[in-house]
Amino acid sequence: MSATFLGMPGNFPKNSQKAVQDSQLRYNLRKATHTIRGKRASVVGELPDWAELRAAGKAIKDHTLRNLDRYLVQLERAVQDAGGTVHWARDAAEANRIVTALVKATGEREVVKVKSMATQEIELNQALAAEGITAYETDLAELIVQLGDDFPSHILVPAIHRNRSEIREIFLEKMPKTPEGLTDDPPALAEAARLHLRERFLRSKVAISGANFMVAETGTLVVLESEGNGRMCLTLPETLISVVGIEKLLPAWRDLEVFLQLLPRSSTGERMNPYTSMWTGAVEGQDFHLVLLDNGRTGVLADEVGRQALRCIRCSACLNVCPVYERAGGHAYGSVYPGPIGAILTPQLRGMGSELDASLPYASSLCGACYDVCPVAIDIPEVLVDLRAKAPHAAAEKAGMKVAGWILDDHRRLAAAQRIAAKVRGLVPKKRLPGPMSAWTDTRDVPEIPEESFRDWWERNERA
Amino acid sequence: MSAREEILARIARAVAGAEDVEIPRDYRTEAATGDLVGLFAERVDDYRAVVHVLPAAEAAGLVAERVAGRRMIVPDGFDLAGHESWPDLHTADGVVTGCAVAVAVTGTIVLDHGPGQGTRAQTLVPDYHLCVVRAGQIVSSVPEAIARLDPSRPLTWISGPSATSDIELSRVEGVHGPRTLEVVIST
Ligand code: SF4
Repeated sequence: MSATFLGMPGNFPKNSQKAVQDSQLRYNLRKATHTIRGKRASVVGELPDWAELRAAGKAIKDHTLRNLDRYLVQLERAVQDAGGTVHWARDAAEANRIVTALVKATGEREVVKVKSMATQEIELNQALAAEGITAYETDLAELIVQLGDDFPSHILVPAIHRNRSEIREIFLEKMPKTPEGLTDDPPALAEAARLHLRERFLRSKVAISGANFMVAETGTLVVLESEGNGRMCLTLPETLISVVGIEKLLPAWRDLEVFLQLLPRSSTGERMNPYTSMWTGAVEGQDFHLVLLDNGRTGVLADEVGRQALRCIRCSACLNVCPVYERAGGHAYGSVYPGPIGAILTPQLRGMGSELDASLPYASSLCGACYDVCPVAIDIPEVLVDLRAKAPHAAAEKAGMKVAGWILDDHRRLAAAQRIAAKVRGLVPKKRLPGPMSAWTDTRDVPEIPEESFRDWWERNERA
Repeated sequence: MSAREEILARIARAVAGAEDVEIPRDYRTEAATGDLVGLFAERVDDYRAVVHVLPAAEAAGLVAERVAGRRMIVPDGFDLAGHESWPDLHTADGVVTGCAVAVAVTGTIVLDHGPGQGTRAQTLVPDYHLCVVRAGQIVSSVPEAIARLDPSRPLTWISGPSATSDIELSRVEGVHGPRTLEVVIST
């Protein structure tokens, strides 16, 4: 995978430092994450069997990953039987070549797109542009990002870092035929986008999408969305090309009963998203192509701890609870996958060769909130710690981590360490650590050490 | 090696020796019992769709009333006497359809685009969608709906009108799909 987000060099601490000084950004992010977080909690609370659904979702994904080769072959057969064509792509370059050739074969120079993280990951729009083909994003937020020459900052609401007056300015400047006297009222802005895009939908002969799920048993592809731009792209053009990561597979039709409950509630915090489209092969006379994308995924699959990241269904719940994401914003992660999932997925997909990717496993406080909300129970803190061990770091930090690992590994050692810490707490400096450990406290305060560890308190109170 | 063979080989290497996983299915397949019609109506209403619950005869009357005087698409197989279907997708005021199944707990209508349900584009492009749901088509849960549906058909799940929250999270109805969804539940 090529380094995505070329406009963003540096590393996570550097990028996030800039972001935390942007008070507008912090306000927008805080409002958005807290609002969605609250909605999610209330609709998840409505389901008494949430824990069972989550366990099933996790197991279905793990079972699929374990048997991915078999299920991919089954999917391929089912899609072909239903009149579709299946292509395989080892990496971004190969996927881009396949899609470009398919578009060229239609003789078209314009394509419409449904929001898709896989095509962002492979930078398909840029690859198409290099061949003289223009790709138009049709999701409202993606349109705002594209017209603003900008990067998405959230999985679900990519333009959340923009406010209404900025959006109005982008529309006035970049959208042809914007209604005169356009206000910054959201309905007015949405109406302007509707007019702008409708013409394009009706004209376009080729569409490109991703998919939320693919069903091996039936060959069915599934797209969840809200606006209807997805339905427009999926149904109106003559040719449909879907680029989908190989991990998006589910074995059986029945498995959708789990994920159609897990995803909308975790994502937008709704009982169900406004529109879900499902299609199997070529339907209603369309020409259908499916491009199956590896691009580093099989490498992630080979890592025993890290492979759980491939369970991710891109709901974005982990972003909305992450104290680090809330302050740093999505751009600091320098990849299409921001937040906690980005911190574990990006360095695995791209490797930790760059400063940015090596810094991502540290973009977390390890508070565990991301694990608690994850609908497929990805233990993000566990993967972070594992990646930290693999990332290149300074000797001191490495030694510190080793000690911490040794202590945390054994509950007796941990209890002893906590007792010692409580005894010497008066001696530990309040803000800055001395010597080689000072690098650690440059960006953090030393946590306050309690007078008594929780374990000891519990013991004492249980005995009493 | 072709890309296909190479990817399959990479997978086989990556998972060699890994243990397989049993899938626990002790979640509920039925979400509610009792008044499914009432629950469905309440949940559809939550999406700011217009919803009516009426006995069959009155439901037919309401549909006829709503369709009269509008340039409405009436798909083949939709039972509506005396109304001619408007032929042009792009100048139609709206569309009237039935559905394949409906889900009470999520307030969702599923179209399989069979008789009386039109093509996918017909229920998408016009600004108004009037949908008739028979009480017997309402199931309680998502698992029950999945069990009833045929994956070889194109399927469209609709939960309320088209909506976006992309601008400062304020909800706006109808960016691309119908801005008004009216559901008539015939009992
Ligand atoms: S890691 Fe879990 S919570 Fe985060 S986006 Fe993926 S599925 Fe959602």
